[in-house]
Amino acid sequence: MDSVRSDAAPPQALKILVAGGFGAGKTTMVGAVSEISPLRTEEVLTTAGMDTDDTTGVDTKTTTTVAMDFGRITINPSLVLYLFGTPGQNRFWFLWDELATGALGAVVIADTRRLADSFAAIDYFEQRGTPFVIAVNCFDAEQVYTDQQVREALDIDGHVPILLCDARDRISVKNVLITLVEHVLVMVRSAVPAV
Amino acid sequence: MVADRSELPGDDGPAWWDHEAGPVVRPYMVTGGRVDPGNDDFDLISHVVAIISLAAETRSPEHQSILALTQEPRSVAEVAARVDLPLGVVRVLLCDLLADGQIARYDPPDTEELPNIETLQAVIHGLRAL
Repeated sequence: MDSVRSDAAPPQALKILVAGGFGAGKTTMVGAVSEISPLRTEEVLTTAGMDTDDTTGVDTKTTTTVAMDFGRITINPSLVLYLFGTPGQNRFWFLWDELATGALGAVVIADTRRLADSFAAIDYFEQRGTPFVIAVNCFDAEQVYTDQQVREALDIDGHVPILLCDARDRISVKNVLITLVEHVLVMVRSAVPAV
Repeated sequence: MVADRSELPGDDGPAWWDHEAGPVVRPYMVTGGRVDPGNDDFDLISHVVAIISLAAETRSPEHQSILALTQEPRSVAEVAARVDLPLGVVRVLLCDLLADGQIARYDPPDTEELPNIETLQAVIHGLRAL
């Protein structure tokens, strides 16, 4: 008869978001460190059965899909880290809320050729209080700006780490993630009242 | 199942879908039109695991596919990606399986707070060891 599987309980799951403008390298970054090929999950936007229909100008039977790519890193047998690339289109902010809920932190990839593309993500995480770091993706090792110039251009607080990276490079992305988690650790430590 | 966008009626105003948004589909056929998984929403990183054998009867082939996948613990996001169904659809199916006592679910800590220091240190240690 059916036996209840006695494997150990599933690991604790944590998630980190990877945000940035279209083509900034989100999926590339996820793929660089994931132990599985990045998977794609889709959320369907549909007007069917929703209470909050706003069908102005939209055929009521229309649905559309938003793709989110993600990867996985097994930290140890009881701890698994998921990396979620956020949907690139800004009109899907409501999906960001779901992604950001319970997230450990976020990496905002900045492309120095299109810095403005990362403003929206930075604003979002700042307002939400989600810890984040800025990873300046250097294509072809071409670094035109210093991180200080990027910090000024993006108007980023001094405590937010900014680092250069190559989203294709495993070691480089690993360093970005470590920097993020160390940043979170500093925030958590400073929030703990001294005993 | 995938409709050609050019066949869609209505050219009033700018379309809110486009190439980036992906294909226009009718994904809720599998759930019999149900879109609401109930008040029991599964987080993307909730883990689910089958608690019955594969031989058990399920409501549909899609339920069966999920049961097969969750013979080991899987995150909801991973289940959705691997059965190639939209998240909302998978959530409805997971609720069915849960109601039928065929899967168990493990949620991430229900909190807006950041993980504790020990967990963060474990993550840093694990990343360094990659």
